[in-house]
Amino acid sequence: MNGILRIAFKLLVNDRGKFTALLVGITFAVFLMVMMTSMFAGILSRSSSTVTNIGAKMWVLDPAVNNVSSSIPVPDYVKDAVRSIDGVRYAVPLYSGGAQVKLANGIYQAVTVIGLDDASLFGRPELIEGEIEDIYAENGFVVVQDAEISKLGNPRIGTKFEINDHRGVVVGIAKANISGLFGIPTLYTTFNRAISYLPSTRFTASYILVEPKSTSDIPHIKQAVSKLGYQALTDDEFVQKISNFYKYQTGLGINVMLMTAISFIVGLSISGQTFYTFILENLEKFGALKAIGAKGHELVSMILFQAGFTAFLGYGLGVGLASLIIMSAKLRMPDYAAQITNLNLGIAFVMVLIIAGISSYIGIRRVIRIEPFDIFRG
Amino acid sequence: MASLAIKATNLAKWFGEGDARTMAVKSVSFEASFGEILYIVGPSGSGKTTLLSMISGILKPNSGTVLVEDRDIWKMESDELADFRLNKIGFVFQDYHLFSNLTTVENVAIPLILKKNDWNQSLKVASEYLKIVGLEKRAELPPVKLSGGEQQRVAIARAIASRPDILIFDEPTASLDGDTGRKILEFVREHILNETRCIIIVTHDSRIFEYAHRIIHMEDGRIIGEEHEK
Repeated sequence: MNGILRIAFKLLVNDRGKFTALLVGITFAVFLMVMMTSMFAGILSRSSSTVTNIGAKMWVLDPAVNNVSSSIPVPDYVKDAVRSIDGVRYAVPLYSGGAQVKLANGIYQAVTVIGLDDASLFGRPELIEGEIEDIYAENGFVVVQDAEISKLGNPRIGTKFEINDHRGVVVGIAKANISGLFGIPTLYTTFNRAISYLPSTRFTASYILVEPKSTSDIPHIKQAVSKLGYQALTDDEFVQKISNFYKYQTGLGINVMLMTAISFIVGLSISGQTFYTFILENLEKFGALKAIGAKGHELVSMILFQAGFTAFLGYGLGVGLASLIIMSAKLRMPDYAAQITNLNLGIAFVMVLIIAGISSYIGIRRVIRIEPFDIFRG
Repeated sequence: MASLAIKATNLAKWFGEGDARTMAVKSVSFEASFGEILYIVGPSGSGKTTLLSMISGILKPNSGTVLVEDRDIWKMESDELADFRLNKIGFVFQDYHLFSNLTTVENVAIPLILKKNDWNQSLKVASEYLKIVGLEKRAELPPVKLSGGEQQRVAIARAIASRPDILIFDEPTASLDGDTGRKILEFVREHILNETRCIIIVTHDSRIFEYAHRIIHMEDGRIIGEEHEK
């Protein structure tokens, strides 16, 4: 390490009180920012869990649909029309709806029912117990083993329940890639059983799932579907649409943004104030260094190093603390929806850079203005 | 005859403007030579610290010139002036301005580190200077654990570590008792002064006047008299 930076390092870390206060400020701010954005990312990820779990490349839906759970039924002719579009390898209906399940102990539990196309079972989940063909068996349902399965009394293969006055039997246990947002267990069955067991409107398909022949066919398919008055979205676009709904139309995004901004302001206040006090208390030292022969840019580099070192260390501690809390929470509460993404880390990093930048700027202004003559005057 | 270290000509400095203007130094000229200890003495507010700052490249005069080894220091750019201070001038500040978060030896090494010397090499050289001032056993202590006299000696070691030609002392005995003050000055005269070094001391402590080769008396920003060692 450069000698002058080593002096800066020692001046910083040997002032343990200030250094600790600085670290706590930045760590706390980063922790809050990462926690808030991670919880939001977790919520957004879960809000699109059906899209992710089904895995279709394209979804045809009513343009007014803005999240999976509030689907608007699509007429059968749309399915037929989509199948006839050039570039479509196949298109199948998907049922997605809610129902009440009556468990053996008499308790009712809300569930999400996904009805897969009878012929292809396109979008079927990966089973960890049982065979997917058993879904065709009488009253056959596959239950997803996610954080919510306990709400159905942890059913095994053969467990019976009632769904809308119909008998249901668990024929398979499926692995969940991503759990749902609302804490409701998920059951898979065939499309025809879903629409015969559950009350539905005149049109029965919630979505049409499309497999294009190639990605180059996607623009053409989207255009042809829009002519039908419907919307064809790739899975990523549908996920984005759902995210946008939660971000901008539910108040959730604004609240998270506000909390993140508050965390930033708290961090900036604590760190900025403490760093400024640190600089003020060391102003005479910087003046003495200047008198001895340190150049302006060397003093600036010392301050930048001190602010940067504290910021990066605080960032690491904050991210580590947030990771620890999220991991612990997930161990105790499988439902806990929070995930640290690169974007979250990037946002927190930029915020920390801004905190370090503003704190250093304030310090640099004071140090640049100090006159060595003031040291002589005392 | 000893060669000239500093030649100050018609130096003037004022602070503030208009009615608020205060003349700190009024057209002062003097010379200082290598191998001598020059005192600048006078009451508080007489302009001695301002004069000291101007001749050491810290405070720009409003008029006049300062030649150090025949170079006009106030014609230098700011970085060049910083280099000049680092290489040619050693400061012993009134309050020492030692860094409490560094060890004693690290404090002494500061000018060497500023000169871009390797950290370990700087500490090694600094230890030698600590030995000169008799504090080698205190090297790893923070300055706050040292007595006032010891801190003064650390400040001297730091000032001479970069082997400057000119040493500037600002009120070196202000925080010391009479005995310690005299010991410090005896030490400076015996061990720090040499034929290639000029020492300028600002003080109003008459107890240490005996260690000067020459004394310049100041009052109201002017030199009012000069006396030489008897």
